Amino acid sequence: MSDRALGFQYGTLAQQRETATLGMWAFLATEVLFFGALIAAYLNYRIWFGQEFIAAASLTKVVLGTANTAVLLTSSACMAMAVTTFDAGSKRAPVLWLSATGLLGLVFIVIKATEWWLEYQEHLVPALNFDLARHGGVAEIFFVFYFCATGLHALHLLIGISLVTWLAVRIGSGRLQPGGSTTRLIGLYWHFVDIVWIFLFPLIYLAGRNA
Amino acid sequence: MHAPREQTYLSATVDIRSWLLTTDHKRIALLYFAGITFFFFIGGIAATLIRFELITPGPTLGSPDFYNRLFTMHGIIMVWFFLIPSIPTTMGNFILPMMIGARDLAFPRLNLASWYLYMSGGLITIAALLLGGLDTGWTFYEPYSTFYATGYVILAVFGIFVAGFSSILTGLNFIVTVHKLRAPGMTWYRLPVFVWSTYATSIILVLATPVLAMTLLMLLAERVLHVGIFSPQLGGDPILFQHMFWFYSHPAVYIMILPSMGVISEVVPVFSSKPLFGYYFVVWCSIAIAAIGFLVWGHHMFVAGQSLYASLAFSFLSYLVAVPSAIKVFNWIATMHEGWIRFDAPMLYAFGFIGLFTIGGLTGLMLAALAVDVHVTDTYFVVAHFHYIMVGGAVMGFFAGLHYWWPKISGRLYPDYWARFAAILAFFGFNLTFFPQFILGYLGMPRRYQSYPPEFQIWHVLSSAGASILAVGYALPIFYFAWSILRGPRASANPWGATGLEWTTRSPPPPENFAKTPTVVRPPYQYDRGKPCMQAGDVR
Repeated sequence: MSDRALGFQYGTLAQQRETATLGMWAFLATEVLFFGALIAAYLNYRIWFGQEFIAAASLTKVVLGTANTAVLLTSSACMAMAVTTFDAGSKRAPVLWLSATGLLGLVFIVIKATEWWLEYQEHLVPALNFDLARHGGVAEIFFVFYFCATGLHALHLLIGISLVTWLAVRIGSGRLQPGGSTTRLIGLYWHFVDIVWIFLFPLIYLAGRNA
Repeated sequence: MHAPREQTYLSATVDIRSWLLTTDHKRIALLYFAGITFFFFIGGIAATLIRFELITPGPTLGSPDFYNRLFTMHGIIMVWFFLIPSIPTTMGNFILPMMIGARDLAFPRLNLASWYLYMSGGLITIAALLLGGLDTGWTFYEPYSTFYATGYVILAVFGIFVAGFSSILTGLNFIVTVHKLRAPGMTWYRLPVFVWSTYATSIILVLATPVLAMTLLMLLAERVLHVGIFSPQLGGDPILFQHMFWFYSHPAVYIMILPSMGVISEVVPVFSSKPLFGYYFVVWCSIAIAAIGFLVWGHHMFVAGQSLYASLAFSFLSYLVAVPSAIKVFNWIATMHEGWIRFDAPMLYAFGFIGLFTIGGLTGLMLAALAVDVHVTDTYFVVAHFHYIMVGGAVMGFFAGLHYWWPKISGRLYPDYWARFAAILAFFGFNLTFFPQFILGYLGMPRRYQSYPPEFQIWHVLSSAGASILAVGYALPIFYFAWSILRGPRASANPWGATGLEWTTRSPPPPENFAKTPTVVRPPYQYDRGKPCMQAGDVR
């Protein structure tokens, strides 16, 4: 993803940029199907076990989840600012915005880990200490999906945080110049991880909360 | 940085490092050839043992459990480590960039990484088989695969999971390459059909494989952690597993057959010396097959307890997906009509493909009919049907392409007499192997059983006899291709008199494919009954 060197298979820098961009979009399409399969399976049970899933969803920490949604949306705004300021030619601003992005990502992980810890204490973790007698088998299925979905999302976010850190160091040390696609592509990835959360949050936390 | 005039991609550098760390799409294609051939013979050995076992009505080689592990190994290796990657990763990798006038794929390092993922996944799966194998069948149906199967399910599933990312990244690479790396003048409707069908295949690879990845991940979670997702005893829904599995695995059938259709669409015009009949139809039929192929998975589940209305819809859509396939068959035949046909080995394989694919497709229509399917579900009728598509279709196409592009890949000619002999042998061996299985299935012989009533023995013996002929047909190319590499006469740039950019460069090609990026001025398949009008050098 070096920005200035032209790969021998490309004719022009513009072609290289467009190619990289399309590659990232195609990759995100596979990610949509990856998470889409999990969400489809979840929805199957959400429809089948309506009441039980609503009861299980009421055990999630909706305040922490909502706070995390705000944190992640703010991080995406910071990411957007980083891309814009970088393209405008600024050197200090994108590093600051990227640092804010990465830090907010870490805050999200910390809050998420807190939730998991609380759930562990309430015996809600399937395979570790799930209290079947108290919560029932359907709630266990709900929490299997909960941990699969939030776990995979957190894994994607950790990859995103690593990429953002790497990017901030590259820009800070002047090894990355505007005009390339690296910053924009990592931005796309970050926004995608954000969008996954935008789907997971209402599906998991808000089920039945309007009643 | 142009290479010296006679330098080829094979001779540029020769040490082992330059192969294992290569980013040249042509060398990566050869790495894939090595892997694919290895897995084809592993799967083939399993098939041989299966046919050997079934010669007698009772146990012949081992216990029923051994037999279960045998057919599971055959299915897993053949589906995921031979058929799915076969044509895209070898001929797709080698020829596709040259067909569009590119110097490489869009992401060469990603391409190499895909090969390592493929080999890692394959070796993990082989390890599972060597440790004692597994007996779930290649479909891993729930809840058997998570709560009852005793073999190395976790290892094998993990291997397939890893190899899936190789599929995804290969598909992604092809899609981006076709969009962005076409030579000047290479418009979408000037693309050879092989490029179109590889493109359609790539769309399936990119959109279907992630669903399999997630499904296998959930299966692993259930087996490793004993938490309920699909298993009914834990409140889960085993039918959901089947839906998710077939959402990938039915489109996977089109991953196997579409590239072969692409090969046939290249071979038939060359050896008929006529332009491809109905180019636009063939192109859009590839896309239609890829699109409709996503909507037919439920026809694997007619007896699984899904709703009758769902079955009706899936039945209708399965008939629909046959239409573009039939159009293609008509177009190949119309291409041959009044052509100047040359009966070289690639064309014989293409003939084999058309005939066998048609039988496979027509019996597929029988299976798409609800009432017939209920009668023959899980019988040898189904086994015969999908082998006609996957072996008669996909593998014949693989061999057609291999014989067609061999001079380009190796720079050598092979003995045409032996190649024709192998093609004919494979055709007859194949029919003798699998046609009796239609009859067996219709009479009620279920699949995946080691023992059977004695009255079925005659059909099984015929089938096993055919399999031994088929095995010779598949083994022969190893010998004459080896001879070709060592002693074969050197091939010219364009030994078949074919159009297409890959034939405008030397055989074997130089590392950068084309000395100068070609400019394309006309559509493909400009043949005029023996006088190809776009020869090497016709491209500015």
